[in-house]
Amino acid sequence: MGDLDFIKVKHLHINYDILDLDLLNKVLQEETSFQWCISCGCCTASCSAGNHTTFNVRRISLLLRRGEIESLEKELEKCMLCGKCTLVCPRDIQLRNVVMSIKKNILKYKMSSL
Amino acid sequence: MKKIAVIGGGVAGLEVSKQLLEANIPVTLIEQSSKIGGNIKNYAYLFPDFYNAEELLNSYHYLITDPNLQLLLNTEVAKIDFSKKTYNILTKDGISVPADAIVIATGYNTFDARLKEEFGYGIYENVITSVQLEQMFKNKEIKTPSGKIPERIGFIHCVGSRDAKVGNTYCSRLCCVTAIKQAIETKKLLPSVEIFCFYIDLRMYGLLFEDLYLSAQRDYNIQFVRGRLSEASEMLDKRILIKVEDTLIGKPLQMSADMIVLMVGMEASDFSKQFKYHNGLEVNEHGFFNPINPHNLRNLTSKDGIFLAGTAIGPMSVGETLDHARGTALSVLSFINAN
Amino acid sequence: MKTYFQYPFLIGMIFLFASLIYIYVRWYTKLSKYDKVRFRKFWGTKKVWKAIYDSINDGLLHASIFKKNPVLGYMHMSLAFGWFLLIVIGHLEVVVAKGGLNFPFYYAIFFRYFEPVHATTIAKIFAAVMDFLLLFILVGVALAITKRFYKKIFGMKHTTKLKPLDKVALYSLWAIFPLRLFAESCSAAVYQNGSFLTNTTGAWLGNIANSPAIYQGSWWLYSFALCFFFIALPFSRYMHIPTEIFYIFLRNAGIKTKKTWESYAQIQLYSCSRCGVCLDACQLYDAGISDVQSVYFLQFIRNKEDAEKPLFGCLICGRCQVECPVHLNLNDLRTALRIKASKPLTFSYSYTQKPEQQSADTIYFAGCMTHLTLGTKKSMAKIFDYVGEKVWFMDEDKSICCGRPLMLAGQYDSAAQLIEKNTELIKESGAKNLILSCPYCYKVFKEDYILPDINIKFHANYIKELIDQKKLPESKLNITAIYHDPCELGRGMNIYQEPRDVIEHYSHRIPLQKSKDKDQALCCGAGLGGINLTGDAKNAITHNAMTYFDKFNPDVLVTACPLCKKTFVSDRRIEVLDIAELVVKAIEQPNELKALPHREKSYAIS
Repeated sequence: MGDLDFIKVKHLHINYDILDLDLLNKVLQEETSFQWCISCGCCTASCSAGNHTTFNVRRISLLLRRGEIESLEKELEKCMLCGKCTLVCPRDIQLRNVVMSIKKNILKYKMSSL
Repeated sequence: MKKIAVIGGGVAGLEVSKQLLEANIPVTLIEQSSKIGGNIKNYAYLFPDFYNAEELLNSYHYLITDPNLQLLLNTEVAKIDFSKKTYNILTKDGISVPADAIVIATGYNTFDARLKEEFGYGIYENVITSVQLEQMFKNKEIKTPSGKIPERIGFIHCVGSRDAKVGNTYCSRLCCVTAIKQAIETKKLLPSVEIFCFYIDLRMYGLLFEDLYLSAQRDYNIQFVRGRLSEASEMLDKRILIKVEDTLIGKPLQMSADMIVLMVGMEASDFSKQFKYHNGLEVNEHGFFNPINPHNLRNLTSKDGIFLAGTAIGPMSVGETLDHARGTALSVLSFINAN
Repeated sequence: MKTYFQYPFLIGMIFLFASLIYIYVRWYTKLSKYDKVRFRKFWGTKKVWKAIYDSINDGLLHASIFKKNPVLGYMHMSLAFGWFLLIVIGHLEVVVAKGGLNFPFYYAIFFRYFEPVHATTIAKIFAAVMDFLLLFILVGVALAITKRFYKKIFGMKHTTKLKPLDKVALYSLWAIFPLRLFAESCSAAVYQNGSFLTNTTGAWLGNIANSPAIYQGSWWLYSFALCFFFIALPFSRYMHIPTEIFYIFLRNAGIKTKKTWESYAQIQLYSCSRCGVCLDACQLYDAGISDVQSVYFLQFIRNKEDAEKPLFGCLICGRCQVECPVHLNLNDLRTALRIKASKPLTFSYSYTQKPEQQSADTIYFAGCMTHLTLGTKKSMAKIFDYVGEKVWFMDEDKSICCGRPLMLAGQYDSAAQLIEKNTELIKESGAKNLILSCPYCYKVFKEDYILPDINIKFHANYIKELIDQKKLPESKLNITAIYHDPCELGRGMNIYQEPRDVIEHYSHRIPLQKSKDKDQALCCGAGLGGINLTGDAKNAITHNAMTYFDKFNPDVLVTACPLCKKTFVSDRRIEVLDIAELVVKAIEQPNELKALPHREKSYAIS
């Protein structure tokens, strides 16, 4: 398995014009601090789950922004909600709520498309 | 004859005093420590061209013997009385300094890295600040605090800056270029050392700064990892284990190093903390003094006769500080001539 | 002569009793089998007396509210206890007057109508007592009306908002006693059968009372007021009056709030008297949040409104729970609902790797947060070293979270996965002792992990033991310290004294005010329960807490929780140390402590 294959990317390159950013917008509404990320990586570096597996909360947030939402649900099952990421974030982003918000909205998304 | 008081004997205060003295205006210079020079005494060589900081400071030495300069060393300001037309500065020793115009050149404090506990400063011995490293350049010797010659050094950018968790959300501007400068200097002293800079963004804003960055990579093999340090831990042999995310690859990265250098930012000085509620001395949300605007009135405050010079208004390089101070001196002269 | 005005009262009364019986029987039957057994067994024990005592103390006298706020307490007490006495003594009055129990159910309520002539001394004494009680209640009603409009007089910053049925119940309740006064005054005007109060008011009324329309009308109005109140009661906040008593008995029977929302939780929901005492305890007001507080939150649930935002926006700090005069388990109620709300979300931790298994007598589990407060970690290592305790630092690498943060988000099942993994590691090590330095970890290890034969200690308690065993030197430095009780340690686990003792061995501890100390201590604002609180809201709470501590001008602020520590450090006003750090610094680097950074003092305008 390729090192970067844990999250399957949908397209070879990103075409911003055709992205489905519905999920992103819902999450941004629920947790506005999500908007302030500078991708410094502090969250991922301190992550408890990241010590054991390829869980990367910064990468997940970025993928959400680029409409790559296929494997997010499975990845987000790995979060222990320990809160270290929220405690180190230099932009005061409430990451625990971002994770919960993405999970809840993915669920709603799935329910509505059934 | 108008009386001018300059609070702060760093390069800003010295430059303002120099300009005023050259115009035959007497100046009282109040400095809290036992020597003039302020923060520049901590620097060995200045970016971007490795100019000798001590030489620059020495160029102000002659002012001490100027008969028109009243130099008050070891003097701290206790209170400033703005109630009358001629202001009165009261020092902690009880000396009264009347002044028609006051120049606030009180400089900056470096961020206390102990507040960023997860980086281990003050807890693990091989974690030092950029200020301590600069001292090593003065002594022309780089050793870890445990006395070893380091084989690998990590430079950590943005310590105490751009960080809501320590109350400083602003960028301290100079630390990125200082890190590269220090990386190069370290490599010059220890050609076989491996150096890694851990950054979020590289703020190479000055004309020659980007060249310095290229030189660091091309000539000195300094490596750059885009990832902010989240926690440092100590290994059994007291070496430091760095944990970052290599955001460009998208994976957590850990690395052992003999020593890590924390690039501490500039913070508002103790003086601004003490006097922030004083009449007319406005301090902005980052704790630095506020000039009337950041464009054409950068040396004036909203209070008549109170002027600002240097890093009292925000992080600046030495060159920028001197530019600003000259502007302040000119503003003071205009003020004197107008009244 | 046949009268009909008692019928509204009777209809109301019957409706009320029927509804209450129906509702309470339904709730009782829905209790779990074990709870029903507990309740049945309870009746044979001495606990019944405690329940009766609590009912009188809390339900009637409202002693807890009295302690908080005497005027508010008087208001609640006058209506509850006053009305209770009015009923009891009123019936006694009738028994004495009739010489027996032979009178209709409603007689006592309208006694002065049915038996207008009271000539005997005993009758006069009763009349005086009844008048006194009526006055007692009327003062309370006046206070209640004032409170609704001028809440500041009561020292309360906030009062509860009302729904339409609440208003019906409220206004009819306010009307009952003035109307009783009016009716009895009419009787007194005609028959002089009152006492110091009603005779006086009767005299004022004078001839108006002679008109049959007014005379009869006054008693009809009184009856209708009672009727409206009784009918509205089961649908309003006043449902708390009977429900609270039911709850007191169930609570004293040892029934506990569960992790699922079931009957006992439902009973608590309706026992809330909407007194509003929880409001002033809530620090969310510092952040301008006014719809998450317990009383409003319970109201959302009762009204079946969407409560997700207020449900997850509470810090679960417990300050409201401490103040609640009805002793509702507010934290547990919220937790039960969080569990329900987040049931569809799943987490899976099959990926965790095990650290290298070691065997040891003592395990130190630092916890996720402690990895970010290196000072505490290093201080614990130094203490272990100093006393020669061989310790396995279990979560040094590949740490698995203790599970409590997941539980606070309602994910008990997911947390069980983590608990299982950590339990396995601990059991296989053969350890006898487990030491924690984070209160969240401590709470979950003590309450939710099953580790028989293992001594689970919080680091402050462990350090206290070492001091008592003379294994650590005492070194009382000339510095002043404030101790901040972490929510999870103080209110959460009832540990207050040991950290204080430790601090007092090494510094001079400045005590805080009683209203902000121990079980009423402030929350740092960063509690892991506040899932959807914004960063700004948390900072506002932290800022206000620090402003309070700053008033005491201490040299250090000592806390026992890594989350509190990281949060307070960001405020920058006071030096913050964990208890372990204080101890180590006092022993090894006393000079560093004595030369703490010069504290900023701001100068007043000259």
